[in-house]
Amino acid sequence: MIELENLTKVFETAKGPVMASDRVNMVVPEGEICVLLGPSGCGKTTTMKMVNRLIEPTSGKIFINGKDTDESDVVELRRNIGYVIQQIGLFPNMTVEDNICAVPDLLGWDKGKSRKRAAELVEMMALEPSVFLKRFPKELSGGQQQRIGVARGLAADPPVLLMDEPFGAIDPINREIIQDEFLKMQSAIRKTIMFVSHDIDEAVKMGDKIAIFREGALVQYDVPDMILSHPADKFIADFVGSDRTLKRLRLLTVNDALEFERPSVLVTDELNAASKLMQDRGHANIVVVTKLGKPIGSLRLNDLKGKSGLVGDHRAPLPITIKVKDDLRNAVSSMFRHDTNWLVVVDDNGVFVGNITQRGVTHLLGSAYREVQD
Amino acid sequence: MGNQNFIKSTSIYLGLFGVFLLGIFSERMNLIEDMTVNYRDDIIFLTGDHLYLVAVSSGLAIVVGIPVGIWLSRPRMLRFSENIMQVFNIGTTIPTLAILALSMSFLGIGKTPAIFALWIATLLPIIRNTFVGITAVPKFLIEAATGMGMTPAQILLRVEIPNALYVIFAGIRTALAINVGTVPLAFLIGAGGLGELIFTGIDLDEIGMMLSGAIPVALLAIATDFVVSQLQQWTVPKGVNPNG
Repeated sequence: MIELENLTKVFETAKGPVMASDRVNMVVPEGEICVLLGPSGCGKTTTMKMVNRLIEPTSGKIFINGKDTDESDVVELRRNIGYVIQQIGLFPNMTVEDNICAVPDLLGWDKGKSRKRAAELVEMMALEPSVFLKRFPKELSGGQQQRIGVARGLAADPPVLLMDEPFGAIDPINREIIQDEFLKMQSAIRKTIMFVSHDIDEAVKMGDKIAIFREGALVQYDVPDMILSHPADKFIADFVGSDRTLKRLRLLTVNDALEFERPSVLVTDELNAASKLMQDRGHANIVVVTKLGKPIGSLRLNDLKGKSGLVGDHRAPLPITIKVKDDLRNAVSSMFRHDTNWLVVVDDNGVFVGNITQRGVTHLLGSAYREVQD
Repeated sequence: MGNQNFIKSTSIYLGLFGVFLLGIFSERMNLIEDMTVNYRDDIIFLTGDHLYLVAVSSGLAIVVGIPVGIWLSRPRMLRFSENIMQVFNIGTTIPTLAILALSMSFLGIGKTPAIFALWIATLLPIIRNTFVGITAVPKFLIEAATGMGMTPAQILLRVEIPNALYVIFAGIRTALAINVGTVPLAFLIGAGGLGELIFTGIDLDEIGMMLSGAIPVALLAIATDFVVSQLQQWTVPKGVNPNG
């Protein structure tokens, strides 16, 4: 847990004092990622660098797991905080292995233990240890270097991690991949992380909470969905973008918008039975499933007039199905792509579980605004 | 590829032909006899002298120059060091012969003033390259090192020096080239060395004698640079060496 208490930093410059951090109060709970977000010069980096005392605060206190950072030896403090920077900062003179073991070596770990740990971490970063451990940084691609940078931050297993735009220098495709890998890892290792970013999409994706800074002050600190649905003022609303409601789609899963009440019919059922079921429920279409429950097509009520026979002979193929765990952004994107206003949802085994509809999704997004008005 | 092979083999033949011509020339000039018989003992003795001057003056320059360069690169010195480097830069424009002459006028003749003058001439490139090499280590590397909890001494030893080593070595190579090239002049202030054969040969118009000094000096310069370049290749970390 990281607690900031009235944290203030004033830089004396030639043009007079500049308030880089203005009485910041916040708590990053154990095991969560807090993204410090804002335009450049807003004080987010200064605030983060005061945690490992790369910048000494003018006033205010910082507590890590309840302990005042002013009371620990600064070198000792830093060795217990993982630090990952935007320029990665791998030491060119050291191999990947020695880079990762930099902090364990400072802490005087046994060489065998630290080298074994380095191999584990490289593997955790989805790289092959036998290939990469003995390489030098200049022999790695940007994405590989960044993974090693993260591995180095984690090497001594610190409870707290500071990350200063750690994925900022990578191309967008690799950035998405590394972000996903990192989130997967974080769900296992549960570090308390302070993460600086200037990218709202990254913040929404990575953050359990987002702290928005403006001119040194913390202006809003909340979960991503609240920041997007209820920005505290016009500055934040502009910063998170006029398409902020669409960004919320990423935070919601198909499961949130799932309609469970949708019936289905078997391939071997009579067409009449299907028509009746749709008329009774007032649905315009129905999903056709196999005996094992896998969706293989659909029927439209309007198409069935005057026809008879088995469902299987008249079914229209399904353009696409979507999984319960997918985020709604993908779901809505699929709807647009296939020009449809509903999708068939399956579980991990491909078994039909229900539908989602455009109406259901818009209703879900809208509910956040209605609740607050009530 | 075919074209490259042709150029390669042609240059080898031209080279061999050149060596052949050189051999004829040496024989005609009586040079081979001069070097292996007439001045043999002189060459051996004076080469020893010569190496002594090189080793002592450049050894002292390295031992002093690198620490001074490091000291100037420390954060609290940076304010002054740019100006100090300017003074040093002017220092390197003074001809080495002038340094020898100045040194003689203070310290008299013999080996000591020669070593002092050679030391001064060798020192500057070493200090300058050490300073430049260390200050060129990117700021974010220092920040990463500080942020992970290295002390300033650890940063210097584990990050700054290893990453500056290639540039520091480049300075040593330049310095030694100047040093080896200047040592023959040391004869002029009575320090001996292979310069004795060269200058006496010129005075007496004895080309054989002159070349008996000049050729070993040239070979020594090449050998010294080779030794230092090998040292550079082996000590500079692979990840930093642009040729590694």
